[in-house]
Amino acid sequence: MALLSKKDTNLITDPLADNNPITIQVLGICSALAITAELKASLVMAISVMFVLGAGNVVISLMRNIIPSKIRIIVQLIVVATLVIIVDQVLKAFAYELSKTLAVFVGLIITNCIIMGRFEAFALANGPWRSFLDGIGNSLGYGVILVIVGFFRELLGSGTLFGIPVLGDPIAKTGLYATGYENNGFMIIPPAALIVVGIIIWVQRSRNPALVEEN
Amino acid sequence: MAISTDKNSYTVIFAAVMVVVVGSILAFLASALRPNIKENERFEKQQNILYAMGVNENGDDAGSVNFIPTDVVEDEFASYIKEQLVIQGDQITQDDEAYLIDLKKQLANIKKGEDYKLPVFIGEKDGKKFYIIPMYGKGLWDAIWGFIALDNTMTVQGVYFDHKGETPGLGANIKMRYFMDDFKGETILKGTQYAGIDVAKGNNDPLNNTKDDNEVDALAGATITGNGVSAMIRETVKLYKPYLETIRAK
Repeated sequence: MALLSKKDTNLITDPLADNNPITIQVLGICSALAITAELKASLVMAISVMFVLGAGNVVISLMRNIIPSKIRIIVQLIVVATLVIIVDQVLKAFAYELSKTLAVFVGLIITNCIIMGRFEAFALANGPWRSFLDGIGNSLGYGVILVIVGFFRELLGSGTLFGIPVLGDPIAKTGLYATGYENNGFMIIPPAALIVVGIIIWVQRSRNPALVEEN
Repeated sequence: MAISTDKNSYTVIFAAVMVVVVGSILAFLASALRPNIKENERFEKQQNILYAMGVNENGDDAGSVNFIPTDVVEDEFASYIKEQLVIQGDQITQDDEAYLIDLKKQLANIKKGEDYKLPVFIGEKDGKKFYIIPMYGKGLWDAIWGFIALDNTMTVQGVYFDHKGETPGLGANIKMRYFMDDFKGETILKGTQYAGIDVAKGNNDPLNNTKDDNEVDALAGATITGNGVSAMIRETVKLYKPYLETIRAK
């Protein structure tokens, strides 16, 4: 017997394409704009969200039958905040360097709408294992977009990838810069992320017209 | 038997239990981890102070920021930092724990008009004296802070910046080496007046060849964080001016 049934596999693969949290569900846009100026930051954020969403979905799913529906949003918020703070404190005590890198992401993770969105839409109605897969799938889908946006913004905006110059030196005019190429400063600022996400949405919907909403 | 989760009484009890459970978990965790966290923060301060005076493990290439490793930082700190001074009004006293003074609190005391303490660290490396001064200010989202190392001609020997929550890839780049290295060799004096160093967008000097213009090249997409750094340096210089005047070579 396979580890994952067909239905379970879909929980992971759907968010990567036709049910992507950013381009289709339009969740988590805020952090996609904020931290994608660099590929490294995109990757760190994607991994952190994967951890929090995977674990959070399981916790919420286990509690789903006892959470009073009137205060479920508050309960969800407490669960995310607690998870994030626990991770933050443990890292501060045992992996201080790493915690410094992640510190700026803590607030962004707690308020990430993907996390609340998946708690609300999936974990409250499904078992822990399926919720866990849903969490991993959605954070992968989120991460993929973040990394794509980060890749283009860092490459076109700074001429680097993971901080390593790949197009030559813009000040000494070597490599591609010798031909008169310039970094596009616009790619560094947040509106550029909107445009890149917009292009991804455009490409995705042209390839699969079923995704285009009627209006 | 299924419990009715819709009842008000249930909601209230659930909320109360949840708060108590979460509160105890976090309180327990915080107190259990406090010694480790405190120690890490202490090491970090020592690393930062040493970094500003050029005691670090940076390679010759303009790469990443590398501190002295935490397991030796305490010994290195003791051997490089010759004196730790606390300035209180006209009084200057020695205090081996001056580096633990929280500048944020002291600045708040100044605002309230209460007594305040200003720490200065005097380091010595290869026979040269460094005066290292802590800084604290505001970036775009949250606090920024750092250390600036000066010699007795008021020329910057090195800086270290850090921040709590600036945007990754933009304002957060103030702690990148290429930005911090730009400050080396700049002077905080304009003529004979104490000025500071501005993070300037229009200084037309991306390689930072001009060292006497009180300006370094700004970071793209980080105007407000950059302004915060300029303001932080200016305020610090203003605050420490009486002390700097006593050490300045004339």
